[in-house]
Parts: sequence; C-alpha cells; structure tokens
Amino acid sequence: MTDLFSKFDPLIQQREGLLSTGVTDPFGLVMERVVSPTVAICNGRETILLGTYNYMGMTFDPDVIAAGKQALDDFGSGTTGSRVFNGTYAGHKAVEEALKEFYGMDHAMVFSTGYQANLGIISTMAGKGDYIVLDIDSHASIWDGCKMGDAEVVPFRHNDLEAMEKRLKRIPEGAGKLVVLEGVYSMLGDIAPLKEMIAVAKAHGAMVLVDEAHSMGFIGPNGRGVAEDQGVLDQVDFVIGTFSKSVGTVGGFCVSNHPKFEILRLVCRPYVFTASLPPSVVATAATSIRKLMHGANKRAHLWENSRTLHKGLRDLGFQLGTEEPQSAIISVIMPDLERGAAMWEALLKEGLYVNLARPPATPAGMTLLRCSLCAEHSAEQVQEIIARFARAGKAAGILPA
Amino acid sequence: MDRAATADRIAELIAPFNKKGVEITDATTFAGDLEFDSLTVMDFVAAIEDEFDIIISMNQQAEIENYGQLVDAVVKLKG
Repeated sequence: MTDLFSKFDPLIQQREGLLSTGVTDPFGLVMERVVSPTVAICNGRETILLGTYNYMGMTFDPDVIAAGKQALDDFGSGTTGSRVFNGTYAGHKAVEEALKEFYGMDHAMVFSTGYQANLGIISTMAGKGDYIVLDIDSHASIWDGCKMGDAEVVPFRHNDLEAMEKRLKRIPEGAGKLVVLEGVYSMLGDIAPLKEMIAVAKAHGAMVLVDEAHSMGFIGPNGRGVAEDQGVLDQVDFVIGTFSKSVGTVGGFCVSNHPKFEILRLVCRPYVFTASLPPSVVATAATSIRKLMHGANKRAHLWENSRTLHKGLRDLGFQLGTEEPQSAIISVIMPDLERGAAMWEALLKEGLYVNLARPPATPAGMTLLRCSLCAEHSAEQVQEIIARFARAGKAAGILPA
Repeated sequence: MDRAATADRIAELIAPFNKKGVEITDATTFAGDLEFDSLTVMDFVAAIEDEFDIIISMNQQAEIENYGQLVDAVVKLKG
C-alpha cells in the first residue's frame, strides 16, 4: 500500500534488518528505576549511566529536590498557560533572575525546552531577506529555526573559519546577518574556535548566537561556557542554553545584553504559543543554577573524569572523536551501524549505558558510541567503565580478541 | 562569461565529485544521477561559490535539481 508513510519504508526496512539479527533495540531502552545521577536499573540489571548529559549530577541534589517538592505544594502541578497570559509565576521570574546572575547578563527568557529556545530565537531574529551563516554540524533545533524563519540559510564546513568568512563577505550589502555557532558540538564533543569566529562575524557586522547547551556549568571560569572560556562572552548577542543537561531538569533559555531584548516575549511564537514550564521544574532549575555558580570542585572532578576516560579508551585502541578531551563528551567511532549496535548491546550487557548515535544526527555518516561524563562519576566508576569497554570491545569484535 | 562558458567551467568543477563518470547533460540530477549526499553537496556548492564568488543559499539549492538548473542559477547570480 502506498500512502504518506511510504517515504519511511527504507528506514523501516533498515530497522527491521537490524532487529532481525537479534540485537536489542538501541532506541527502545527503558530505565526501570533510577538510583542516582550515574546508576539506573535497565532490563533488571544495575547499569552505569554514561550517556545522559547529566554533566553536573544535579538530578538528585537534595536542595534541588526539596525546592521542587515545595513548589508542587505551593503552586500546583502545572501552569496551564502561556508565559504571556496566565503562565508566568513567581518561579519563572526567579529562574530568569538566577540565569541573569549566572551569566552576568541583563536579560533572560525561559522557554519550555531547549529545542524551542533555538527554534524561537533564530526564527524570530532572522526572517525573510536576512542571512543565517551557520556551521554544517549544527543541532536539529538550529536548522529547524532557520527553516521556520524563512531566512536565506548559508552553511559552512564544520569549524572552518575561512569558509565562514568567505560566505559573510559575499552577503549582499545591507542584508541582516546572524552567525549561529555552538560552544561544544555534541556528536564528537569538540569545541569551536569561538574567539576567532566571533571576531570575524563582528567585523562583517553580523549578530552572533552561540548555543552553549553542552558547556554550561563546567566550561569557563564560572561555568558560563566556551565563549567565557575564550574570553569573548561579551561579544555574543544571544547565548542559548538548556535546563536538560547540567541543570538537571527540562527547559531552555536565551540570555542577552541587547537593550531591546524584552520585545521578543511578544513576537517569538515558540515562546507565546505554548504552556510555560511547571512550577516544580522552574523551582528545581533556579536552585540548581544557583548551586552551579559554586561548582568549582565538581567542575575539576568532571574534567579529571573526562581526561581519564579519553586516555583509557584511546590506550585500549578505540578510535575517538577528538585527539584530546575537549568537553565532557567522549565519542567512540564505530566502523558501521551493525557493529556499532552490537558494541552498544555488548556494553549494555556489561551494565553500561552509552548513546548510539547514527546518521543523520551524526556528521559524515558516522556511527558513534557517545559517552557523556558526570561530575558524580567516581574515579572507581570511570576505571570500571574502561574495563567494561575492554570486555565489550573484544566480545563485539571491535577490539582484537 | 556567457552561458556556454559558465557551463564548461561548472562541468570541470563537477569532475572530481563525479566518481562514477556519469555523462553530464542539462538533465543530469545531483541527487539521483550523481548520487550526491549532503556532505558532497556542501563541498560541491562551496567549490562553485568560490569559483564564481557568489552565494547559493540552501533555499536556492532546494530549487536546483539538475545541471541545467545550476548553470542557469549561476548565470543569474553572476548577473
């Protein structure tokens, strides 16, 4: 039968082919019980979590949980309304205040997810006739924001400063320009040369948006991200971030110093036409963000974990996404989807969960086992993770037996 | 540069991406005949942009399916 589903037939066949080999469905895992930021029960087995983006381990912080419970009691389970109608509670203003302090910026706007933050800001800022110049490896939410706003979209090769500059130079005189970059690219865990790129963007009169979803909380002296680390945060017009990684809950935001920023609350459709976050979520987020301001020790331990895992996996003979650890993401490159899925399953049987990432989410058609570390992983857990990788690698035929 | 000269130059730029040596006519499609994936498209478009000092935005690329349409688009963008 042919209908609108027919375009998915190749994917359905590929999926059936993969599952017919008897491999566990990598996209159907259920966390039956979550013990801590680093341990859950999956298929009845205690499993170390190494693919959660829970970088700072705030999900079980006692203060964070207490704040959420209090807000449930005081404000109820949900707002049932848009931020511009009945959906702005004291907690929404409080979390925006916490963000302004965290980043040292004048304005903060909270969205219901990180996806909506990119979708909303990009589509609202760059409209028909404007130009968006962006890295080809940008997150799906950035691409979708570009499409929704109807701007002219001009991608350049990943982290290629010269390619970016050439494209900026050719944009017609007088057209509005937005350069969109990410601090950490989540597939390979590599960072962007923001200092150089932002200087070039500014020299060509472009506004700059940087998505710092994967750096908030632990990169930069105050955990403000890669732009802070490279000393150029004051040059960034829009920082996009999320509550669903280091902050440990769900939600998205944009912070900015632009004097006209507040008008976005009235014109940004993904902000206006959706319900605001539940009171318990904004209460947990605000508490977590304020604690992250004082997270220097946890940050240091997370970096230690990242370096140890990177070296351990490289010494075992795995091919990694970066030469040196640049973030809390360590990506292990798999030869193909079949062997990647086999390795993923072998790890799961060892009691280790990582993300299996595949095209089109990955660059250059790669299959990746993406590991994201947590500040709450103990040094012993990291050694255990390396040992499990060694056993699973041999079992799945990725490493020589 | 007239259409014929532009077409010749583009044909030269396609060569390194035309791994199977497909014959190039105005009707040759990039996705179908030449089997360009998204990364190849990016590199190929960059080569064209650099050669002619133009921008072909993704919005414009969406309208270009075959070689003839690309030549027309480049001639138009060069003005």
